[in-house]
Amino acid sequence: MEEQRTIAVTVNGKKHSNEVPVRLTLADYLRTVLKLTGTHLGCEHGVCGACTILLDGQSARSCLMLAVQADGHEIMTVEGIAPSADKLHPLQEAFRDNHGLQCGFCTPGMLTTLIEFLRDNPDPTEQEVRIAISGNLCRCTGYQGIVNAALDAAKRMKSAPA
Amino acid sequence: MKPPPFQYHDPKTVAEAVSLLGSLDNAKLLAGGQSLMPMLNMRFVLPDHVIDLNRVEGLSGIKEAGGVLEIGAMTRQRDIEFSDLVKTKCPLLHQAIMQIGHRQTRNRGTIGGSLCHLDPAAELPSVAAAHDATIVVAGPNGQREIKFANFPVAFMTPSIELNEMVTAIRFPLWSANHKAAFVEFSRRHGDFAIVSAAVLLEQDGGGKISRASVTIGGVAVAPVRATAVEQAITGQVASVDLFRTACESCRTIEALADVHASADYRQHLAAVLSRRALERATGLGSQAAVH
Repeated sequence: MEEQRTIAVTVNGKKHSNEVPVRLTLADYLRTVLKLTGTHLGCEHGVCGACTILLDGQSARSCLMLAVQADGHEIMTVEGIAPSADKLHPLQEAFRDNHGLQCGFCTPGMLTTLIEFLRDNPDPTEQEVRIAISGNLCRCTGYQGIVNAALDAAKRMKSAPA
Repeated sequence: MKPPPFQYHDPKTVAEAVSLLGSLDNAKLLAGGQSLMPMLNMRFVLPDHVIDLNRVEGLSGIKEAGGVLEIGAMTRQRDIEFSDLVKTKCPLLHQAIMQIGHRQTRNRGTIGGSLCHLDPAAELPSVAAAHDATIVVAGPNGQREIKFANFPVAFMTPSIELNEMVTAIRFPLWSANHKAAFVEFSRRHGDFAIVSAAVLLEQDGGGKISRASVTIGGVAVAPVRATAVEQAITGQVASVDLFRTACESCRTIEALADVHASADYRQHLAAVLSRRALERATGLGSQAAVH
């Protein structure tokens, strides 16, 4: 019989308690148990960055964590970035306005990664942005739009902090 | 589900973890998970038991005492990256950390996990070799210490028993004004190095090198100390010509060949990168940008 455990996790401010198999990854927990399918799974072995979430405010690849390891912790996923259902976060607006996405597969990981990065470094250089997103693969944009969006978002967030 | 079925254990103390290691067959320790989790997801490893160290008390922290920097095994690479103590006292470790993976992996990855995984291309084993670090290990009979030179025994195999675990790493510090440089060649930022070079130097007032440590990573199953280079430059005044001549000996280091690079190419990189690291440490030469 597969070992199960009950975990309590706060996701995007909402508390959840679920019984899960101990081998379930955090990414699969978010997607299949909580139905938060905004977190994308690309490679499932820690290379593509699409599944990036914030664990207690720090970015992490949710495919490289077990759901049981998140017990007692706070998670933020891409669904938790926008301030409300009808309003985008300045970072999301900057992505829209700068062609920061095309197919959108890498976008959840790009956004969560950049939320942490711009919080820690509100006035980055282009080179710093490129290093910050070096762990996130995008196959559509060639990264230029994403870099422009991140730099634009930094400006927007300084003039109107989210 | 990607990972294979296993029983999960999350001990709260080192004693509990060691006792689980002693009583369970085919168990794997889970540290930061940045190597073990991909291996589980790809089913390269099929453990019956996973012992998660993330809730064990007292395994993380950075402290300095008596000229030694001691870092707990479960200290995240992120915390080493942002440590002022590491930046000022052990700059080689700081420089190396910046070249490991990405923000998302350094937030989780640990120093003890990387050393025990012992990937030939990893940065942290090279720093441990360069600093003649001591690995502190806990087992059923208490604690013992292993010199890093004796730590790797084979490909990705450290000299710790199945019922033992690493609890801390001790880096003997060099003088306050020592020089350090860590350079590596990889195809993309954040990738494992194909070859890396780690350099520590002490110089007297006239620029003469009084102490040198030169380590090449990625050429063999474990980091190699380039003792011929160390000997050739010790007692000499640092210069571009001295480094160029001395580093030629790296072309004779026995090197691995794999899909990423031939043995010849690795030897070439060893000579070039060790020279660049020495130039960067001393502020000489062109200091061409390398990642």
